[in-house]
Amino acid sequence: MRALSTGPISRWLIDSSLYRSVVRHGVADTNRNRSLVVFENLFLHVHPVKVRQKTLRFTHTYWLGGVAFACALILIATGILLMFYYHPSVPQAYRDMKELSFVVDNGTFLRNMHRWAAHLMVLASFLHMLRVFFHRAYRPPRQFNWVIGVVLLIVTLLLSYTGYLLPWDQLAFWGVSVGTNMAKEAPLLGEKVRFLLLGGNIVSENALLRFYVLHCVVLPVALLLFLSVHIWRVRKDGGVQGPPDDTPGQEEVR
Amino acid sequence: MSSMPPLDVVESSDPMATPRRVALVRPDMRPAVRMTDEPYVMTFPNLIIREIILFQIVVVGLAVAAMLFDAPLEGIANPLETPNPAKAPWYFLGLQELLHYFPPVVAGVLMPVLVVIALVVIPYARINLSAQELWKGAGAGRLAAVIGVASAIVLLFAAFGCWPIVVPTACVALAMLAARGGGDGGAIRTTLARVTLPEWIMLWFTIVAAILTIIGTFFRGPGWTFVWPWAAAAAG
Repeated sequence: MRALSTGPISRWLIDSSLYRSVVRHGVADTNRNRSLVVFENLFLHVHPVKVRQKTLRFTHTYWLGGVAFACALILIATGILLMFYYHPSVPQAYRDMKELSFVVDNGTFLRNMHRWAAHLMVLASFLHMLRVFFHRAYRPPRQFNWVIGVVLLIVTLLLSYTGYLLPWDQLAFWGVSVGTNMAKEAPLLGEKVRFLLLGGNIVSENALLRFYVLHCVVLPVALLLFLSVHIWRVRKDGGVQGPPDDTPGQEEVR
Repeated sequence: MSSMPPLDVVESSDPMATPRRVALVRPDMRPAVRMTDEPYVMTFPNLIIREIILFQIVVVGLAVAAMLFDAPLEGIANPLETPNPAKAPWYFLGLQELLHYFPPVVAGVLMPVLVVIALVVIPYARINLSAQELWKGAGAGRLAAVIGVASAIVLLFAAFGCWPIVVPTACVALAMLAARGGGDGGAIRTTLARVTLPEWIMLWFTIVAAILTIIGTFFRGPGWTFVWPWAAAAAG
């Protein structure tokens, strides 16, 4: 592939000592510099420098993990913007929804984007899990990454569920009431877990505050931590694994 | 192995003077790299560019969806006014549908816990690691086991009147039986014959979960009675 930017101005910029103090390598027109792009970057170095060509095929992964990850980034961006307009208190939380609709510029768009990205993330995570299962990509050496994936699916569901309460409308209130009533039925700990989660015996403004803290701090941090390990392990375990018949050696693994 | 440099054999009585490398290769643990001739490409730009394009597609797709469809917002929360039916988010409606047939401790706690445990142990179960076609080299014992387990599941859930599980279970069991000896049958039977036991189980779980979720989302009205989606839409 042709180097991405080789005009005289970008050349001058890339060769300047200021730019080089930030990015140590030159234009990515040699395989050496292309390697440096990946492994001198904190974020890109979750990837190996080279990948198997087959893994780029659409049918290899259907890019489902990528869709879920893209949703996570969109949710963080839109979520931070939404936090500027939101008070986790009753009844201000509901009034803030109305503010978003009628006062804030593009407020409706922001909330819609956050909502649909959340649904897509849950769906893409489910489909990603099915894809990995039917491609038998959970087998050694990838067993532990499958377990991290299950944890990530649960964290994703909890994120979506805690966010469900925040608008404080009828849908939110009763959806969360139905769910937390189920938790109550767990033997021994059920009642106590529900009390801890809601900060009381019913869904009230204490519950709203707790769900807000879980949704905006605790669970996103957990998601980012597990997500980092999950993606890093993909490289450590030998890259993404596609349909089972594409690497004959894998069939022998016991 | 053809690219190995020629080995120089040096004979000496002093072992310290001639360092040697000894490699012991057991035939069952050959460190030979699998598929050494597989082509590799540079991650940058090949993979990175694709990831950026994927991200842009997701952003544009969601932005279009966000412009076309508004997120739902009902009246302010009112603990005194229970909507009928009160529904959880869609991904929990499969569980809520189960609540209709089973006591809450079974539907709300036991079943989800069992599902999570089953998902976690998948990569550690021997049956998954040595995945074979279900009927490959199978005797009468496996046939009896498949029929026995499927019948047990059908009878168990039928006893609770849980037809959204009974019907797909029976269908999957019939498909499993149809796959028997289907290696040289039609295209569908040939495909079915290649399915392994863990794949059958996951297929069954996915179908059941999807059917429960769809029924809970679209076919349940006031008092969790069965309604047609268009009837619910007209009433709502």
